[in-house]
Amino acid sequence: MSDAHCEPGAPDAAPAGGGRPTLLLAGNPNVGKTTLFNALTGATAKVSNYPGITVDKRSGELPLPGGVIASLVDLPGTYSLNARSAEEQIAFDALTASPDAVIVCLDATQLARSAYLLAQIQELGERCVVALTMVDEAKDATPDVPALRALLGCEVVAVTARTGHGLPELRAAIDRALRRDGAPVWRWTPSAALRARLDAMRSAVPSLDDARALWALTCIDGEDELEVAPELRAAALANRIDRDQDDEGVLARWAWLDREIGKIVVKQVDRALTQRVDRVLLHRALGGMVFATVMTVMFMALFTWSEPAIDLVDRAFKWLGGELRGVLGEGVFTDFLVDGVIGGVGSVMVFLPQILLLFLFLGFLEDCGYLARVAYLMDRIMRTMNLHGRAFVPMLSGFACAVPAILATRTMERRRDRILTMMVVPLMTCSARLPVYTLVIAALIPGSYLTQALLMVGMYVFSVVTALAAAWIMSKTVKPLKAKRLPFLIELPPYRLPRWRDVLRMMWNKSSVFLREAGTVILGCSIALWALLYFPRELPAGHKDYAALIEAAPTDEAKTALEDERSALQLANSYGGRLGHAIEPAIAPLGFDWKIGVGIIGAFAAREVFVSTLGIVYAVGGDADEESESLREALRGAYTPLMGLSLMIFFALACQCMSTLAVVKRETGGYRWPAFLFGYMTVLAWTVSFLVYQGGKLLGFG
Amino acid sequence: MVSLADLSLGTSARVRAVDGPRAFRRRLLEMGLVPGTDVKIVTVAPLGDPLQIEVRGGQWSIRRAEAAQIQVDADRVAGAAKP
Repeated sequence: MSDAHCEPGAPDAAPAGGGRPTLLLAGNPNVGKTTLFNALTGATAKVSNYPGITVDKRSGELPLPGGVIASLVDLPGTYSLNARSAEEQIAFDALTASPDAVIVCLDATQLARSAYLLAQIQELGERCVVALTMVDEAKDATPDVPALRALLGCEVVAVTARTGHGLPELRAAIDRALRRDGAPVWRWTPSAALRARLDAMRSAVPSLDDARALWALTCIDGEDELEVAPELRAAALANRIDRDQDDEGVLARWAWLDREIGKIVVKQVDRALTQRVDRVLLHRALGGMVFATVMTVMFMALFTWSEPAIDLVDRAFKWLGGELRGVLGEGVFTDFLVDGVIGGVGSVMVFLPQILLLFLFLGFLEDCGYLARVAYLMDRIMRTMNLHGRAFVPMLSGFACAVPAILATRTMERRRDRILTMMVVPLMTCSARLPVYTLVIAALIPGSYLTQALLMVGMYVFSVVTALAAAWIMSKTVKPLKAKRLPFLIELPPYRLPRWRDVLRMMWNKSSVFLREAGTVILGCSIALWALLYFPRELPAGHKDYAALIEAAPTDEAKTALEDERSALQLANSYGGRLGHAIEPAIAPLGFDWKIGVGIIGAFAAREVFVSTLGIVYAVGGDADEESESLREALRGAYTPLMGLSLMIFFALACQCMSTLAVVKRETGGYRWPAFLFGYMTVLAWTVSFLVYQGGKLLGFG
Repeated sequence: MVSLADLSLGTSARVRAVDGPRAFRRRLLEMGLVPGTDVKIVTVAPLGDPLQIEVRGGQWSIRRAEAAQIQVDADRVAGAAKP
């Protein structure tokens, strides 16, 4: 276990002493930080969450010369320590918690900008070791390392994580740095006015030093979303600084960087390739075509190419269940193991193909630099709904399945953008709704094939319109989701060839986090749902003696019919069946009876289960699918086209999916947002279905 | 008064001041868009917004409304644009 980073190490603990040295890895986004982290920690890297906030926390072990093992935490990539939200605060908090040393990545191709972050870290008094990255890209524009070392006053090592070049030297430099004392390095002197504020802060909160006092003064303004001690907040709000004082540090650091880094960087990096590629990829017509192609390929992969793999997972678990049933024989325990446990594990594993594929694409697109361009191209459209440009990919993925789509919201930095996207992604027509629509349209909607096809297309359009409208309305009405006046400033990094090892590692990390954290919830819900629809087994008195009748059945058909009849009665009598009866008054105004109610309850496991549940209720067998003619006949006899429309709208709008709720719970770190999601979608579904059904009846349909 | 949003495609200018809300200003300043810095409009997104700008050799996407908060000296065009 490498949980040493959780213990606040003594500030000047000798590295070879008792505890493990704690090291942090800091740097701007897109500077090769993750590649360096992977190269330094190798197989010991693991992903967890920062408590309370769903930001990935990567940590691992870093062996130093002399046999000391340090623990290394990869901080979220950032351009500055100044923060507005709890997520941006992570880096500052970690740096303030007395790490033993900080490895700061400086991008050889963006030296001044990455050194800005270093300057802030040095003001805090941390022992810094600079890893100069991207030297292979900078080529002859690489800054002179000894000159940089002299300027920055700390160890500087040029590294190429891809090849491992410079890593031993970096380890040795860290080891040397750990033996030295850290002290704050300030390259500018605050003005008298700012000095007075800093002193006032320090006398109000004695534990502060200048750097921490300055951070509080510039970040805490009453509109921030930081999590800081009340006395610190009170002191900062009592000592508000004006605009000039606010700018002082930033301008002074940049003045220093412009002066000094300008001496070291004599040659600009050649970015001709990226510029040429951008001229195509961001071109008005060509760029749009490339974009459409990339998105279509990704969508096809999720929607179609994942099908065989999903099928395979499905069949593997069915086969396993069948084998187990053969070994154990019939019985309640067998049913529990096969239908409850194995079925439940299967319902988790079935998401893996799509999650793996989506993150393969996302990792590739992110690392090669295109994902930022997707946000750039789509911003104008997404912004209309107050959504982030990066919300486009999750929304598109939502057509395949909301579960991977919700996991993909992590490509957005801000919590507000992520949650708003999560709240509307489940409205997109996912592939699990298709069997329900297919069944209902085929069974209940009269008319030619064309009308039926148009209705199916209409359901897709309906879902997109509702999702976008919901995003807009929520961003205007739900307080935590309101659009804030934050800059939409996205770096468009240079195009780079992705490193497959990093992409695959990310893909695996995301998937294992899903299995571990959302998977367990889904499994638990599956088993609970199974029990709900299974128990009690005994039919109430007064029913036929099915066991004897089945035994005496003259033909196989008669036997199957009796078995189906018994299953239907057992389901109707189960707790779930009784619940279906109990909710009948609530759903009757939508045109639904208790049988549909049981189907809706069963559909919680996954929407397509609605079909097989109805198959059991209508005694045509639990293996009925949306193509089943007998099931269609049964529905045709019981319901009207108007009720079919009402049912489809209900399925389009209701969050009938425990897996979606489980993933939202995991991604938002609590029950509040999944409860909100379930609540608003259920109310919306009920209301619209009600209006359609009752309105249709008034107009004389159905 | 000329803002970054007024510049046409491919032109450069020098930043004179950054206006707007506090957090927004600081973000721009911290990424190096301080007064005196050269900035260039590289592309305009197909739908007319946002803009792709080049600052200190880095490429950024910025919305028009935000670019309008950045005052520039258009006549003091920056040194030769890169080939």
